[in-house]
Amino acid sequence: MGWKSVVDQSFSSGHQVRQQGDLLTGEGRCGKQTVAVIGTTNHAEVGVELALAMAAAVLDVIRSHPARPIVFLVDTSGQRLRHRDEMLGLNGYMAHLAKCVEMARRRGHAIISLVYEQALSGGFLANGMMADVCAALPEAEIRVMGLPAMARVTRISEERLTELSMSSPVFAPGAKNYLKMGGLDELWEGDLSACLTDAMEHIDASDHRRKNGFERGGRMLADVVVKRVLASA
Amino acid sequence: MSRSYYESNARARIAGLLDANSFHEWLPAEARVTSPHLATLEQPAAFDDGVVIGQGSIAGKNIFIAAQEGGFMGGAVGEVHGAKIVGVLERAVRDHPAAVLLLLETGGVRLQEANAGLIAVSEVMRAILSARAAGVPVVVVIGGQYGCFGGMGIAARCASAIIMSEEGRLGLSGPEVIETARGVEEYDARDRALVWRTVGGKHRYLIGECDAIVPDSMEAFQQAIMTCIENGDDWSLEALKQEHQLLNERVKRFGTCKDGRDIWRELGWADPISIAMMDNDEFVKAAQGHRTKNN
Repeated sequence: MGWKSVVDQSFSSGHQVRQQGDLLTGEGRCGKQTVAVIGTTNHAEVGVELALAMAAAVLDVIRSHPARPIVFLVDTSGQRLRHRDEMLGLNGYMAHLAKCVEMARRRGHAIISLVYEQALSGGFLANGMMADVCAALPEAEIRVMGLPAMARVTRISEERLTELSMSSPVFAPGAKNYLKMGGLDELWEGDLSACLTDAMEHIDASDHRRKNGFERGGRMLADVVVKRVLASA
Repeated sequence: MSRSYYESNARARIAGLLDANSFHEWLPAEARVTSPHLATLEQPAAFDDGVVIGQGSIAGKNIFIAAQEGGFMGGAVGEVHGAKIVGVLERAVRDHPAAVLLLLETGGVRLQEANAGLIAVSEVMRAILSARAAGVPVVVVIGGQYGCFGGMGIAARCASAIIMSEEGRLGLSGPEVIETARGVEEYDARDRALVWRTVGGKHRYLIGECDAIVPDSMEAFQQAIMTCIENGDDWSLEALKQEHQLLNERVKRFGTCKDGRDIWRELGWADPISIAMMDNDEFVKAAQGHRTKNN
């Protein structure tokens, strides 16, 4: 779904979201609440400029609109794969964005993210995965790597990986797998405006993903292992 | 004879950095906390899943520590591996040690359990920031053979401070990944000097992506760790704004540079080629006034 349809449907009481290059910024109305909108489009490759622009937008919301909820609209094909961006320290720019999001959360901003097209590996870590509520449209593509490439790197046949992916959510692409693993909180279907309103009403600022992964049967060990570390003599 | 950090494995690094006999391991190999996903794929597992965690001391200060083992799957992060690191950080939020020390050596997410690994890296990032927000400094050390890449390269920069050696490498996409995606003209992964000028310790120190650079010895790393702990941490909006300014200036100043050497020249190094030849002390001294950093 294109970002314009996503904002039209999510902010039925009105919105002002602009696109500049691959960056989306603006605000939308959700009931009586105004929320900040920050995102990317065109399956953006997140390089240093784009990561910095998103961080600037987050800092701007913190400065100008204390406690205003922030909605990230995620569409990224991952981090930009360029020598130049690596040389400039792209990991540092991504981390900066993640830190800005964390700072916003700790200053009382609810953080919601919606993967409406693509979320691939590194591009997803710095914003979408930092959210209190991380949602996706059911048809959204979420992955680290596709199975053919994974087969090449791991030297496990694609047939075997495909077969295993039928019963395990642990490595294969797909929003449903991330939901089962606790990496996504929910899939938004139908009335997006209602989904957003509902999400804003059950903000949980703690990291609840490993608990969800356990309860949904997709990631059985993470929560257990953390608890064992906490209980170790 | 000083011991090399680079050539040591995770356990030897812990033994070399912490006070003698102070280390107490949590979920040691005997606990057999292994990855079930590797077993499903008929891949060999490690009884510690490639990361050693526990508690010890440096100069008598209580330290929580996690050390990734590059020798097991290149230090890649899977479900159990990641959860062990998260456990250390969450325990730090509860128990308030003097610092958490993360000895990172990793290519990032373990592809055999890619989704679990990606989520785990994200949980590590949030847990690092939770520890910092709770007032516990998190210090990252990078000086191993495999460097620190992938999502863990982002996680490293969420920490309070990063200490590297010249041999250490830090980035997001590794050179091989970029070469595979864009071709050898974009990035020749076999050109070791080029890789070093792009992600190596000295370059990272000069552009302000790491806070300290040390020679490759346990003693030097230990000294730097103590200094970082003494310097404390600044998790504040003000510090983030300063970082924002630094990163903004970096793009403006160096955004059109084609090579690390162009950046160093721009930083005022008359003879950038000489940097590779300098020993650590000489380099750190010469770098004063010729690097960018916070504060």
